[in-house]
Amino acid sequence: MNRIEHNRIDQRFAALKAQGRTALIPYITAGDPAPAHTVDFMHACVEAGADVIELGVPFSDPMADGPVIQKACERALVHGTRLQHVLEMVAEFRQRDSETPVVLMGYLNPIERMGYEVFTRQAQASGVDGVLVVDMPPEEAGDNAALFAEHGLQSIFLLAPTTSEARARAICEHGEGYLYYVSLKGVTGAATLDADAVGEQLNKLRRITELPLCVGFGIRDGATAAAIGRVADGVIVGSALVGRIAEHADDPASVPAALKSILGEMREALDREAVG
Amino acid sequence: MSRFHDLTQLPDARGHFGPYGGRFVSETLSFALEELENIYASLKNDPEFQAEFDNDLKHYVGRPSPLYHAERWSREIGGAQIWLKREDLNHTGAHKVNNTIGQALLAKKAGKPRVIAETGAGQHGVATATVAARLGLKCEIYMGAEDVERQKLNVYRMHLLGAKVVPVESGSRTLKDAMNEALRDWVTNVDDTFYIIGTVAGPHPYPMLVRDFSAVVGREARRQSLEQIGRLPDALVACVGGGSNAMGLFYPFVEDDDVAMYGVEAGGEGVATGRHAAPLTANAPRGVLHGNRTYLMSDEGGQVADTQSISAGLDYPGVGPEHALWKDVGRVRYVAADDNEVLAAFRELTLVEGIMPALESSHALAHAKKLAGEMSPEQHIVVNLSGRGDKDIHTVAKLDGIEF
Ligand SMILES: Cc1ncc(COP(=O)(O)O)c(C=O)c1O
Repeated sequence: MNRIEHNRIDQRFAALKAQGRTALIPYITAGDPAPAHTVDFMHACVEAGADVIELGVPFSDPMADGPVIQKACERALVHGTRLQHVLEMVAEFRQRDSETPVVLMGYLNPIERMGYEVFTRQAQASGVDGVLVVDMPPEEAGDNAALFAEHGLQSIFLLAPTTSEARARAICEHGEGYLYYVSLKGVTGAATLDADAVGEQLNKLRRITELPLCVGFGIRDGATAAAIGRVADGVIVGSALVGRIAEHADDPASVPAALKSILGEMREALDREAVG
Repeated sequence: MSRFHDLTQLPDARGHFGPYGGRFVSETLSFALEELENIYASLKNDPEFQAEFDNDLKHYVGRPSPLYHAERWSREIGGAQIWLKREDLNHTGAHKVNNTIGQALLAKKAGKPRVIAETGAGQHGVATATVAARLGLKCEIYMGAEDVERQKLNVYRMHLLGAKVVPVESGSRTLKDAMNEALRDWVTNVDDTFYIIGTVAGPHPYPMLVRDFSAVVGREARRQSLEQIGRLPDALVACVGGGSNAMGLFYPFVEDDDVAMYGVEAGGEGVATGRHAAPLTANAPRGVLHGNRTYLMSDEGGQVADTQSISAGLDYPGVGPEHALWKDVGRVRYVAADDNEVLAAFRELTLVEGIMPALESSHALAHAKKLAGEMSPEQHIVVNLSGRGDKDIHTVAKLDGIEF
């Protein structure tokens, strides 16, 4: 079976490459500010030009996240959002959108607790395409990655500025879909990012992998998106969106317009680069 | 079942203790952990490094700590003889300093000018601030806001020692949240910062190296037992938060099959109430937190549970991975003591022996009392008196209706 034909992530990146465009990948935390809104927010992201959606599974102890996403997790958890519900949200999203790839992003324990077999089956049935577990590097993924693959779930792995070349080779070998390059040493929401340094690192990585290289951490607006878009195959924007959702938490109906405004700006900036 | 694992040969090369342990961290930290693993591997059997460590333990910490026969208390209980391994007499007042001395030496070898740590009761924070002062290292300590409140004395000690104490307001505002925040700091400052983890948990190689540095307690206790009792004890008892004082006492006895071992977790309001910090006793499901797989208290959705204990140092939802394996293979029996039993033991040892134990250590004492009562006067129990109780005076006084 040729997976490329069946996986939405591979299809999407192939299409973008053919068009010479850079992927725009928003991250939002499922259940923030309340579970009822998440699917609407996902559709709003797509309407604003998102190519892939990273849907955060809220966790009580988000060790790699800064205050913005920590608070989003807290808001989601207060409303009882659990992995089970996140899968239901993806299934609901799929009723109207059968094309946009959805990657679940989060920490290992909710999956561990649900059980790998159960999770994998339900994720596939819900229409999930990829899984990015922040605290599951390839050497700990082992059988789980194989199980995911059997069910058409791609394992997305992280690369960092501190990753050695030997590790990078191993990670690239195990990676599927795309690679998530963490642009800086720090937690999500950290401020500064150096596009030239990122570009240098990506060039090194391109020598060892064909996978699309997407960059996250520190992308906030059209300008930062464009700067990274020049060197990467995709830009991932998280805290900037989640921060916007937080500002509108009292009036969730106004969030889709806010998301469209910030993502729209990024989309335009990226496409301008692609044409220019 | 223990025959499947040679318990002296763990962890494996990737930091696993059977199904437990490992290195579940975000990619940015992998490099630092590999670096630490390599530094430790190069020094572990280096006689010069060991000599430096031993020298510091002797002249700075004041080791060996005595093995004290609590004769009066034993007589009152009317069962086995109770011996106290006096870690409370160490410099800084707890077993924690053994590990921080070792890790500070590693930090020095690694050339890192800054150290960070998480702390619950503040003992590990104080021990870290102490070694940082001595070596001239910059030091930041993360502490849950609730613990800052209940361990004020230690907060001020750290301040005097030149450390910055950062109260952590997220989550349950206790030890686990302090560890989250320390990990976030480390990810951000990984180039110049050494993370001194305070217990046998965290990602590989921490559970292994904290165990190795803590094991001086058990090596001494074993030798002292032979000298003072004339044979090995019948049982060992230690409290278990993350599990470093217990692991430190137990590890050198692991092959002594006739020595029974009891790890005492925090029963809080009672294990049956669900408000406790006793993942092993309560048979919590397997989970992953802070870089390792272990028994972890969490809800059905995998969200980490809030814990409850009178002692800040045991108020943690997980436990070191080696303990998880030792439970499964049956080498150690894990039990719990609830807050009331703990307070009673605290008061009793203070009145009967003139030794004021830490509330953490009082968990071990509470269980030792029960155990001794079921044994004969010819039998011997060694209890790890992991720390002194000065830091807990506020907590106990408050229960007596006294505010300072
Ligand atoms: C005196 C004392 N005993 C025990 C503990 C619990 O830690 P561990 O289980 O790692 O020994 C602490 C932790 O702060 C402590 O201060």
